[in-house]
Amino acid sequence: MVTGAMPPTSAQPPSEGTCDAMTTTAVPSKIRVEKVSFAYSNAEALRAVSLDVYPHEVTVLFGPARSGKTTLLRLLNRLTDLLEGTRRSGHIYLDGQDIFAPDVDVAELRRRVGMVFAMPIPLPMSIRANLTYGLQLKGIRDRALLEARVESALRAAALWDEVKDRLEDPASSLSGGQQQRLCLARILALEPEVILLDNPTSGLDPISTSKVEASLHELRQRYTIIAVPHSVQQAARIADRAAFMLGGEIIEVGTAREIFTRPRDPRTRDYVEGRFG
Amino acid sequence: MSREMKQKLAFALLTAAAVVVVVPVLLVAGYIIWRGAGAISLEFLLSAPRHGLREGGIFPAAIGTVILTLGTAIVALPLGVGAAIYLSEYARDDLLTRLIRMAIINLAGIPSVVYGLFGLGLFVLFLRCGTSILAGSLTLGLLTLPVVISTAEEAIRAVPQSFRVVSVSLGGTKWQTIRHLVLPNALPGIITGVILGLERAAGETAPILFTVAAVYLPRLPRSIFDQTMALPYHLFVISTQVPGMPMTLQFGTALVLLAFVLSLNAAATIIRSHFRRRRSW
Ligand SMILES: Nc1ncnc2c1ncn2[C@@H]1O[C@H](COP(=O)(O)OP(=O)(O)OP(=O)(O)O)[C@@H](O)[C@H]1O
Ligand SMILES: [Mg+2]
Repeated sequence: MVTGAMPPTSAQPPSEGTCDAMTTTAVPSKIRVEKVSFAYSNAEALRAVSLDVYPHEVTVLFGPARSGKTTLLRLLNRLTDLLEGTRRSGHIYLDGQDIFAPDVDVAELRRRVGMVFAMPIPLPMSIRANLTYGLQLKGIRDRALLEARVESALRAAALWDEVKDRLEDPASSLSGGQQQRLCLARILALEPEVILLDNPTSGLDPISTSKVEASLHELRQRYTIIAVPHSVQQAARIADRAAFMLGGEIIEVGTAREIFTRPRDPRTRDYVEGRFG
Repeated sequence: MSREMKQKLAFALLTAAAVVVVVPVLLVAGYIIWRGAGAISLEFLLSAPRHGLREGGIFPAAIGTVILTLGTAIVALPLGVGAAIYLSEYARDDLLTRLIRMAIINLAGIPSVVYGLFGLGLFVLFLRCGTSILAGSLTLGLLTLPVVISTAEEAIRAVPQSFRVVSVSLGGTKWQTIRHLVLPNALPGIITGVILGLERAAGETAPILFTVAAVYLPRLPRSIFDQTMALPYHLFVISTQVPGMPMTLQFGTALVLLAFVLSLNAAATIIRSHFRRRRSW
């Protein structure tokens, strides 16, 4: 499902307000969000949102509470399908393929675009089983392969040294910070292409936070990352590219330097400088 | 009356209510043990009744009850759990669902003797199962369904929604999520519910009266199309139909039936507490 239906303008990022950021990027976008509007059964959440996400970058979605950041993440791997009574318009392309097309294998999409939730939710099973769960559902039985994935995922999430001797312990016995990294490792075990991180350091102490931030820089080399940070400061630290969201709209997108040093829109400027939100 | 007095009075009354509930249970159990314990012997447990039921043991009836309980489980477990999964995971809130729920509620309210007549009409006569273990198990299974469905549904709903979302976000389909995450975690609750239902089925007389029970059948059944004796019916017969019946045999039979039901209960409690200790949410 990689090639096929390329939208006509797929390699052509939106120009509005972000021209100079884009001229530096000749690569086609990994994910393209095109005029997406979305409403829950009782509330409008996104209004005509457009965004290009480039491979091997950390793209940050930031903005005040209820601005639609989580909703946009959930749309990217269609977790919004689980809710009833929602309305959606617009298109989202992954490698040029419309993810809402009827022939898309949604389970496969979710393995390619993995989500780490704001609250770490370990499944009620051992640490090892948490990591192999997704792989086994995919049909992988080969023990050696499973073992290898467990180890490499835990190493990539900077958790291996802490848990390698207690893989059979219940995952709930881990600390909050370890659980958060376990949830990241659980996604990495599936070898995704895109990782969605919703507030990956919520509730973490400063040391764990900097560990997670450091691992993002590593991960970027192999994956495309979209993250919702917990503060503007964190956004500025981890972003290659940033999108400022407000009231369900993307107000401004650009490289980290543009957004955090010379934003164009006064609302972005106010928010970045801490005047509201 | 001062607030403190009211407080004390309420406490005293509530304690009394709790004690009043417990006392009859202890009295019944104590009385049956006192009157029946003398009858219990290996011979009583392992031999068939003799001399117009006035002598001998209860072996065929005890085995019959075990078999009927197993048969009931085989009928009620897949049907009940299947219905519970459907209702909790798939059913939309529409007319069909409301009809199903209403049917289940009504099923729970039907008197057991009506189940017996229904079993006679449907299974014994219409479906030509004859008076048999099959017909009896189906009838008892139906009787048990409402309990199994409602406890299983509750256990399934108790598995947090967030786990389901995680499972789906890791590439699980809906069915995989149910099969590999929801059911394993709901299992202790489901088993408890099934056992509670079986307890009731094991002690029922009316539903087996017309569908399976034999007054006197000293040999063990050979197939599911055979009749069988069963403890509750045997107890009914020797208590009401046999003049000059020694009382200790009646109380001995009651004691064995009580012990069987209570041991099912104990099993349910052990399973529940075992899994509750292991459970991690
Ligand atoms: N499951 C849901 N059902 C109904 N409405 C929802 C749901 N989730 C979010 N919303 C609504 O959609 C809007 C956007 O919410 P969203 O969670 O996407 O914002 P957010 O930017 O992630 O906020 P936060 O920073 O607080 O996490 C809000 O008005 C919110 O109330
Ligand atoms: Mg959010």
